[in-house]
Amino acid sequence: MAILIFKIALILILFLISLGVAAYATYGERKVAAFMQDRIGPDRAGPFGLLQPIADGTKMFMKEEIIPNVSDKLLFILGPCIFMVTSLMTSAVIPWGTAMEFGGVKYAMQVADINIGILYVFGVVSLGVYGIMIGGWASNNKFALLGAVRASSQMISYELAMGMSLIAVIMMSGSLSLTDIVTSQGDGKLWGFIPVSGLNWNIFYQPMGFIIFLICAFAECNRTPFDLPECDTELIGGFHTEYSSMKLGLYLFAEYINMFISGAIISCLYFGGYNFPGLTYLSTVLNPNIVALLSFGALFAKAIFFVFFFMWIRWTIPRFRYDQLMKLGWQILLPLSIINVLLTGGILTIFNK
Amino acid sequence: MIQLTSRSKVVVDKKMSFKEKLYLPAIAKGMAITFMHMFKKAATLRYPEVKREFAPVYRGMHVLKRDEEGRENCTACGLCAVACPAEAITIDGAERQKGEEKLYREEKYAAKYEINMLRCIFCGLCEEACPKDAIYLTDRIVESSYTRNSFVFGKDLLVEKMDDRIDISKRKKEYHID
Ligand code: SF4
Ligand code: SF4
Repeated sequence: MAILIFKIALILILFLISLGVAAYATYGERKVAAFMQDRIGPDRAGPFGLLQPIADGTKMFMKEEIIPNVSDKLLFILGPCIFMVTSLMTSAVIPWGTAMEFGGVKYAMQVADINIGILYVFGVVSLGVYGIMIGGWASNNKFALLGAVRASSQMISYELAMGMSLIAVIMMSGSLSLTDIVTSQGDGKLWGFIPVSGLNWNIFYQPMGFIIFLICAFAECNRTPFDLPECDTELIGGFHTEYSSMKLGLYLFAEYINMFISGAIISCLYFGGYNFPGLTYLSTVLNPNIVALLSFGALFAKAIFFVFFFMWIRWTIPRFRYDQLMKLGWQILLPLSIINVLLTGGILTIFNK
Repeated sequence: MIQLTSRSKVVVDKKMSFKEKLYLPAIAKGMAITFMHMFKKAATLRYPEVKREFAPVYRGMHVLKRDEEGRENCTACGLCAVACPAEAITIDGAERQKGEEKLYREEKYAAKYEINMLRCIFCGLCEEACPKDAIYLTDRIVESSYTRNSFVFGKDLLVEKMDDRIDISKRKKEYHID
């Protein structure tokens, strides 16, 4: 019973955190964009414009809700719902921190520790494309349809390379469970001879895999330089051209949640998740609950850094052309990731004897 | 070819080397540039509180000048209306009556002087045409409004008030008038 209450509380907290982060990511995006372009950015709503997300949200809610006459109404409403739900679902398998302890019982800071966690993430992420596809198709608008078609083909192409680069990580941890992958990055000997604490991160073993995964994550999140599904200059708004009011809000919001979650997943896979230097020592001297919160803070900080990184890239690199996008995905990233898997396998068999 | 800036680079369509084809170094370089810009001073002025100073030759809303004694300079010669490429100016002249010497400097004056601000292209040809030092463009901005008719500015809006004179000395200096 207690575990059920803990899980429900955790789900609620994660839900709120995801929404809060997404709301403030919109603010952050505008601020980062402004700073990188020598501007100030929103600063009128509240101190430093901190109430801007609330103003934006209110605006979204007050706008008129338009459903085009020629659209398929059910699918039109279903599209943003699917997109939102799938982007929220991924957070379930992420180990957010070390275990908490109440009354002598340990509770893992993870909604569901399924042993194929990473496959679950993959499954749900690839479901997300249905949100875009259905929304774009149901709009009955050629720009929306073009955006949807681009989104689906782009996701399919990049999912391959992403999966391949993941396989290398899975080979190293020997498990599909995200918990195992994260714990394997704690203490140990870096490259087999440098002793480290909480810093045995996969990035030091898999730099190429990380770069491939990162690029694919950009493509999966439809972020610049891969934002072809919604590129406003050619397709107006791409798949969400016909959307208005909170349905549009859901699409935009889910994009930021996606960014945050993929930041968390990248941190879990390559940057040690909740591990940070000194974690083992702290867990011997401090209350486990405080340690759990600290470790959560570490993962949160890493995820937020990646959200910033996503924005940083967005305001640096222009958009790819569609043929370049496909070429990069199929002709460069996919072979590279396969080579990466082969190399990892070879090195593992030589050194793990 | 004339070099316009010292930073211009000649673009050549050569084959890229392997290092260039990797793109990642170039991307890192770009990211370093955008990151450095985060610490630069913002060029933004917080508008309603801080106003950007206009150039001395800024061409905004017109003013019909009075002389030191408060008499209107304009003599309704119509040169400005003729010069106006947008045909925005409408003038009705009238003869100065006895006892009106305090109001108008010349024997003839503009009974009606209207500028249609929607037609006006703020080219400044009217002020150049004027022989009587009467019309000038200023750094004031024509305010927005809901109806077209309200953009036809009559003398009530154009002629400067004695208690609120419009300073155009900077503009005159810039143009070397006097
Ligand atoms: S500024 Fe140019 S367009 Fe406007 S009234 Fe004068 S001459 Fe006409
Ligand atoms: S403003 Fe100048 S040019 Fe125009 S009618 Fe008056 S005196 Fe003549």
